[in-house]
Amino acid sequence: MTGGESILAALAIPLVGAAAIAACGRRPNLREGATLLTSVLLFACVTALLPEVLGGGRPRLRLLELLPGLPLAFEVEPLGMLFALVASGLWIVNSLYSIGYMRANDEMHQTRFYVLFALALAATIGVAFAANLITLYLFYEMLTLVTYPLVTHAGTDEARRGGRVYLALLLGTSVLFLLPAIVFTWHVAGTTSFVSGGILDGRLAPLALALLLALFIFGIGKAALMPFHRWLPAAMVAPTPVSALLHAVAVVKAGVFAVVKILLYVFGLAALAGITDWLVGIAAFTIVAASVVALRADNLKRRLAYSTVSQLAYVVLATALLAPASVIGAVVHIAAHALGKITLFFAAGAIYTAAHKTEVSQLDGIGRSMPWTMGAFAVGALSMIGLPPAAGFVSKWYMLSGAMAQAHWFAVIIIIGSTLLNASYFLPIVHRAFFRPASPAAAGGAAHGEAPLPMVIALTLTAAGTIAFFFAPDLPLALARQTLVTP
Amino acid sequence: MSLALHLPALQVVVPLMAAPLAVLVRRAGAAFLVVTGASWVAFATAIALWSATSEGAAVSYAIGSWPPPWGIEYRVDRLSSFILLLVSGMAAITLPYSRASIEREIAPEQHYLYYAMLALCLTGLLGITMTGDAFNIFVFLEISSLSTYVLIALGRDRRALVAAYHYLVMGTIGATFIVIGIGLLYLTTGTLNLADMAARLRDVRETRPVLAALAFLTVGLSLKLALFPLHQWLPNAYTYAPSAVSAFLAATATKVSIYVLIRFYYSVFGESLIFDALPLPQVMLILSLAAMFGASAVAIVQHDLKRLFAYSSLAQIGYITLGLSFGSVTGLTASIVHIFNHAVTKGGLFLLVGGAMAVMGGTNLGRLSGMGRVMPLTSFGIVLGGLSLIGVPGTAGFVSKWYLILAALEKGQWWLAMAIVASSLLAVAYVWRFVEVAYFRPPQGDAVDLREARPGLLIPAWLLVAATLYFGLETSFSVRSAAAAAGMLIGAGR
Repeated sequence: MTGGESILAALAIPLVGAAAIAACGRRPNLREGATLLTSVLLFACVTALLPEVLGGGRPRLRLLELLPGLPLAFEVEPLGMLFALVASGLWIVNSLYSIGYMRANDEMHQTRFYVLFALALAATIGVAFAANLITLYLFYEMLTLVTYPLVTHAGTDEARRGGRVYLALLLGTSVLFLLPAIVFTWHVAGTTSFVSGGILDGRLAPLALALLLALFIFGIGKAALMPFHRWLPAAMVAPTPVSALLHAVAVVKAGVFAVVKILLYVFGLAALAGITDWLVGIAAFTIVAASVVALRADNLKRRLAYSTVSQLAYVVLATALLAPASVIGAVVHIAAHALGKITLFFAAGAIYTAAHKTEVSQLDGIGRSMPWTMGAFAVGALSMIGLPPAAGFVSKWYMLSGAMAQAHWFAVIIIIGSTLLNASYFLPIVHRAFFRPASPAAAGGAAHGEAPLPMVIALTLTAAGTIAFFFAPDLPLALARQTLVTP
Repeated sequence: MSLALHLPALQVVVPLMAAPLAVLVRRAGAAFLVVTGASWVAFATAIALWSATSEGAAVSYAIGSWPPPWGIEYRVDRLSSFILLLVSGMAAITLPYSRASIEREIAPEQHYLYYAMLALCLTGLLGITMTGDAFNIFVFLEISSLSTYVLIALGRDRRALVAAYHYLVMGTIGATFIVIGIGLLYLTTGTLNLADMAARLRDVRETRPVLAALAFLTVGLSLKLALFPLHQWLPNAYTYAPSAVSAFLAATATKVSIYVLIRFYYSVFGESLIFDALPLPQVMLILSLAAMFGASAVAIVQHDLKRLFAYSSLAQIGYITLGLSFGSVTGLTASIVHIFNHAVTKGGLFLLVGGAMAVMGGTNLGRLSGMGRVMPLTSFGIVLGGLSLIGVPGTAGFVSKWYLILAALEKGQWWLAMAIVASSLLAVAYVWRFVEVAYFRPPQGDAVDLREARPGLLIPAWLLVAATLYFGLETSFSVRSAAAAAGMLIGAGR
């Protein structure tokens, strides 16, 4: 298969898979098989593109002319390659986990759930491989709309309210800010294609450029930068596999991916010199403020949500520093955080399924009855904090190197300080789980064991992946380095 | 081939003849066949005329072989052929749908009347678009309006009669203003042929009678196209009319009135008068913004789905007139392409709502609770149509939005671009009211027949929904036609 055909296959597989899943709706085992098969095929297809990209090639596909001069086109470059690999790889694990979760909790509307997941992955691949802003925007909006029913899956009033915040913030930011920014870019540059080094070269005065940058940054609500972050905790009403999808695989990563892509390929690092200080400030504020909220949150998913807000801001901060090392760190963090966070959410879902507990204060001694789950949780926590031997250490190392190379001491302080904050709201959970006795009052219901097997397998896999990432980060680092190379 | 020569006349004559024929045959089935056949012939004729004008040449036809400017001339150029396709296409889709839809909505002994009136309405709308004679425009306008009043009054609800009467009063006022405007133009130029009028107006452009004519025409047409604040007839008319009528009117009636406005502004008065000499663009801008925001806001608090979409139509008409107010090629392209995109979207939406009405027994949002489970295809179609109203990429509505925002940014009017996108968010609010009612509430107990709508209702509706998606992705037809029409109109102006 040529590169173009692989891209087409990568888009088509989840769409066809969605139809197949819908068709198998009456036979759950067949349906679950369809999901797993689709995810494996997608990963294989995405991986098939890897050699060409690593070799410096850029597979391309042009589908149709959406508007005169604005084609729906795809191009696989290193950053998109990394995102697609993370998304498609983790979908396999997430599907395995979902099967365990949905069946153990006897959830309703399971067929709809799996179909929407497949559609969400199709949209994610579209975002990852987009060759220009208009294609990115189309799949970005499709992702918002397809994940809305996943967030409101429970159908309760609470779910409906959470869905409203979700939609209002994501659609609001993209329609109010992102769309005018894209139209203006088209008007000024005559193109919306992603080009290494940017397309706005010298066309705008610095102030106009900074304002356009602000429109783009706040327009990408999926990056959860304050003050447009509230959709993320609001989306916690979703079933945990959805939260895992949102927080590790698709939605938030689409957000920070879009931010990095636009900074690198629409503006270009050179053009951004001197106009990103405000962005560093906002990202820094988000990192700290979100961590403070996480510190005070007792609900486990809420704590993890705000941790995500904080971690995403790392990517924005590191890219805004404009140092090569920190940009590499930012790109690697897209993958590293995905692995760590999905592990944490898998653990949270396992705790809910097996022990019906949702609050941190209830987790005393749970490590004894759920050793695999809490072990994985500990690994995920290490990654969030950025300690070896977890994935988060690699990205944090590069981000710090970049900050120090720029002598940007404010950023250095923020990164180190937030590391301490992360430790202060993650380590106590691990400590509680393993070193505190399970209090009879907190135990509540009957004694419980580990979560169902598919869920345990999934979280063990991602925890292992988090550790493996630390020991073998060559692939993500290679892709990250290639992102900075201007052909 | 001699038939091809007479295509412009056939375009109007075929549906015109179908109307008395439908009355003569009296039986609903036969009337249906006659009128549907006529609409399909009209659609085929429109396609032929469109391909004839696609190179840029205009087709001119002298009625009765009397040469213009004394005789009535039918003139088809890029703009009119585009509108002809739209109107006849809508009729061709709505008529098969009507067969199943009016069974419950109109008394059986009046079915033949419905078909006859629809044929007359189609005649009128096609005639307005075809003709190059000013008074002929008025005649066809009256034909289409009078038949529209009857069509609306055929609705089942008692308030349909009141709505029709209200529309009759306001429509007649509008038509009177239009004929006064035409009269003043005749007075000052001595001709009724539009092309001849344009040439003669050059000398007398800024005189009082001409400016008065412009004012009368603008107000009269604004009434017909329901521009804020002359819109009050529309919500009731769309809500209480039979579903097929609402769909057809929403897609065509106001659009043809906008076409007449564009025709008079660009081909008769000339853009220099409209845009440079008078504050007309500013007035239109303010009224368009009022429509966009006001009507969308009112739509959010509606309890009836048809009324919600009626107010949505008012807002979308605001988008079209906003594009007009720019006076640029991009702005005019946005207007013309939105005439098409909105017609396809709203037509599909009203057809789907008609299906919902047939099954759920009404269009009140309370009645439609849980529709998502009972009528999944219809509900999903309404969601897709709603996405086009919002302007999500991949739908037709996005294309129009893009050009509107581009037109605003080309003029450096950032605040206007932000206003356009802000009003789209209001559309999210009213579309999501339907989503929450349909998917988050349990179905009502006393719904008539809890199944999906019949194929006769579902297929034409989904044809339009599919068109909404198709023209959101494959825009070469709509955008190139609109851009060509805009380029022709502005290029030819003085």
